Formats: sequence, C-alpha cells, structure tokens
Amino acid sequence: MPDNLTSTTSRSLNRRELLKLSPLLVIGAFTIPRARERLLTAGVGFTDWASAKWFRRNHLAPTFADSGVTQLDKFYVNTYDVDDPGVDLEKWTLTVSGDVKRPGQYTLAQIQSLPKLTQNTQHICVEGWDVIGRFGGTRISDFLQYVGANPDAKFLYVECADDYYESLDMASALHPQSLLCYEMYDRPLMREHGAPLRLRVPTKIGYKQAKYLTSLRVMDVVPKVGYWEDQGYPGYYGL
Amino acid sequence: MASSDSTPIPVAALRAEKSHARIAYEHSWIVRFCHWLNTLSLFVMAGSGLQIFRAFPSFGPKIPQHDLLIVPKSLALGGWLGGALQWHMTFAWIYVATGIIYVTYQLISRNYRQPLFVRKDVAGVWPMARHYFFFGRKPTQTEVYNPLQKMAYTSAVVLGLLSVVTGIVLLNPVQFSFLASLMGGFHWARLWHFCVLCALLLFVLGHLIMVILHGWNNFMSMLTGWKRNPEYLP
Repeated sequence: MPDNLTSTTSRSLNRRELLKLSPLLVIGAFTIPRARERLLTAGVGFTDWASAKWFRRNHLAPTFADSGVTQLDKFYVNTYDVDDPGVDLEKWTLTVSGDVKRPGQYTLAQIQSLPKLTQNTQHICVEGWDVIGRFGGTRISDFLQYVGANPDAKFLYVECADDYYESLDMASALHPQSLLCYEMYDRPLMREHGAPLRLRVPTKIGYKQAKYLTSLRVMDVVPKVGYWEDQGYPGYYGL
Repeated sequence: MASSDSTPIPVAALRAEKSHARIAYEHSWIVRFCHWLNTLSLFVMAGSGLQIFRAFPSFGPKIPQHDLLIVPKSLALGGWLGGALQWHMTFAWIYVATGIIYVTYQLISRNYRQPLFVRKDVAGVWPMARHYFFFGRKPTQTEVYNPLQKMAYTSAVVLGLLSVVTGIVLLNPVQFSFLASLMGGFHWARLWHFCVLCALLLFVLGHLIMVILHGWNNFMSMLTGWKRNPEYLP
C-alpha cells in the first residue's frame, strides 16, 4: 500500500512550502544587481576551478596534419585596437623580470637559440570560431629555465606593445606545447599576428595568446589578470 | 531495465479528502525541486547560449563568414558575450546538479520505472501518437504515463545528458580531446550542442502544449506534488 501515506502531515507541508519557494529564491537573488554580480563571478570562478582541476600537465592538445591547416589568409586577425603597433623589430628586446635569477633584456636571437618546436594546433576564439595554424617557437618552459625562473612561482605576466596584457598560470605555461612563438606558417611572425614574439598556448582560449610581447614577468601575484578578463571574461579559461 | 511485471506501478500515495475527492501524491519534493530549478536553468542556458552564438552566428569558417541566423536581442540573455558566458558558466552547474540529483533520486527510489521508456512501450507509441495527432481512438491507459509520454520524458533526460557532454567539450576540448574527437572536434561539437538545444526546445514546446491541453491538475501536481482525481485511478 502507499508508503508515503503516513508522512503527509503538516511537517512535510511546511517543508514543501519552503521548497516550492527555492527556485523563486534563486530567481530573486539573480534580480538583485549586487547579488547577481557576486553569484555570476562565483559561477565563472567555479568553472575556471573545474577547468584547472581537469588540466593534465602532460596531456597534449591534438596536432593536425599539414593538409588540415587553415590557409594563412583565412586565419582571422583579431586585435583589440591596432593590427600593427609599430614595433621596431631591429631594436626589439623582451624585458624579463620578477622571480628569475637572470632578469634583463633578451634578444630574439637568444630566444631562437633554444630548441624550436613547430606544430599545427587549433586556435579557438571565445566568440566560437576556430582555425588550425602552424606555429613555431621556443617552449616557454625552456625559456623559463634559461632565465632561471622559479618554477614554483604561480604566474607569468606579459605586456605587449599595444598595451594589451595577459597572465598565464605556471602549470599552463610549463605545458610542453606552450610556446614563445616567433614563426607562423614557417615564416617569421607577421606584424598583424604579433611580430616579433607572441604567446602560443594550445591549452588556452584565444584571448590568452597575447601578441607583440615586450615584457615577461614571473610572479606569484599578478597586478591584473588580462585585458579581456578584467572586463568580465574568465581568468583561467583552459581548453 | 524495468521490472518484468506487467502490472502498473502504483502511485506513491492515495488518500480520501473530506470532499471525497480522490487525490494522489505523484511527485516527491526532490522531483519538483529539480524540475523547476532545472527548467529555470535550461531557459537561462538557452538565452545565454543564444547570446554567445550572436558573437559568431555560424557553424562554418571565420573567413569567409556566412551568418546562419541572427538571434534577436530580445531572446538573448547576458547583454554581451562576456556577460552571457558568466550566466552560461554559472547556471550550467545548477543545470548539471539538478539533473544528477533527479536521476540519482529516480534510481534510488526506483521511481524511474514510471517514466523510463522501455522495449515493451515501443508498441504503444504509434497508437498514442495517432490519438494525439490524427484524432484516433484513445488507447486505454494502464500506467501513470503513456508510452509516448515515457518516450518524451526519457529522451528529455538523454538530451539533457547530451547537452552537458557537448558543453563540456566546448569548454575543455583539449582536456576532453577524446570526447571531442568522437564529436568530430570542437567545430562540430558546437553544432551538436546547438542541435541538442533545438531538440530540447522541441520537447519543452510539446510538454507545454500537453500541460495546457491536459489542464491545471498536472501543473499543480508538479507544483505541490498532489493531483486531484487522477485519470488512472478507478
């Protein structure tokens, strides 16, 4: 016979009334601007936390055959203000600072003296489009070793010639496919793609792939998260 | 699979009220709680998803870009891409949590046998569809849910699962590269995610039509748990 018959007392009625309200409470909380902002920030934070949990240091992003690579002229150029911030390529150096043993100015030749990795990997934009590009460069992990960076530091923080800036958690930076990229499509990095040096981290979303790098800092606390992140985009956004 | 018995599964409770109206306790608070929160989060996911889609309303290449459809601003939630992502990444967890709680509860309470579409229901789908769509004779109802209903509810749960799995691939196509490759990669996962949304909205539409046609009692039952004069009681 009905087993819930005895439990249909006023006690469960009260509980029922309360629970009926819970979805309304959720809606209510999201209609108050201050509460909504905090809840949404928490939600994005939780998603980022989950992505970071799922990140595996040695799990490689898929690589693609040359035939699968998007033609260079079909590789969309996304910049936040100018396609070419007018970097003087002759005089360019990368300023390295922070928690490193050998801070200073590093030339492109010094970066290129380290082993080169060239791979066809997928570039995914937060807007939803994706391309497969051919990228060549120095592993960030090799360069960090070269400058004597503290591998236990938490972040890399980069600044760019066009005032863009980005941060990268150390685990993602040390990933074997993460590059200081100076070549695309086997050619020196073109101006609109970030000449002379950009980030190429296949385990991260597009806006993390900062172009026209000018400085690189190794630090535990970053001054800002990133150009888009500081406007409300997720700060970690691992793929 | 469901139990082998062919007798209808009795509803949880049945009692006589003062008015001698027959009333049945159909939905436990867990089911109702999950139903409404999941409904809410589904609409938030759809609205914010459409706003995200507005950023690149195509499933083709970026160059040349051929917009498939421009979602009107009035259907989109979040105001801009970043805002929509915040809503999407927040309510995804409410959507997943209520889904998991619901399925777990149904399994533990063995209530899943009521809505789960099983092999023996296959034969009853067409007669019921004929009744609804082509005014055929209404088949005798022997269970709480008719075969067509069971099919709809079961597919809704399957679609819910698919929406989450395709969504996870869109969020982390590298960490879940195996799942991504099953779907044809990130690019295709985006299309599947959209297709699942369309199917879910179709379910919601059918569900709403049935609630409107079959009246207030069903709606109240999902709200309070109790149903007056249920059609399956003698």
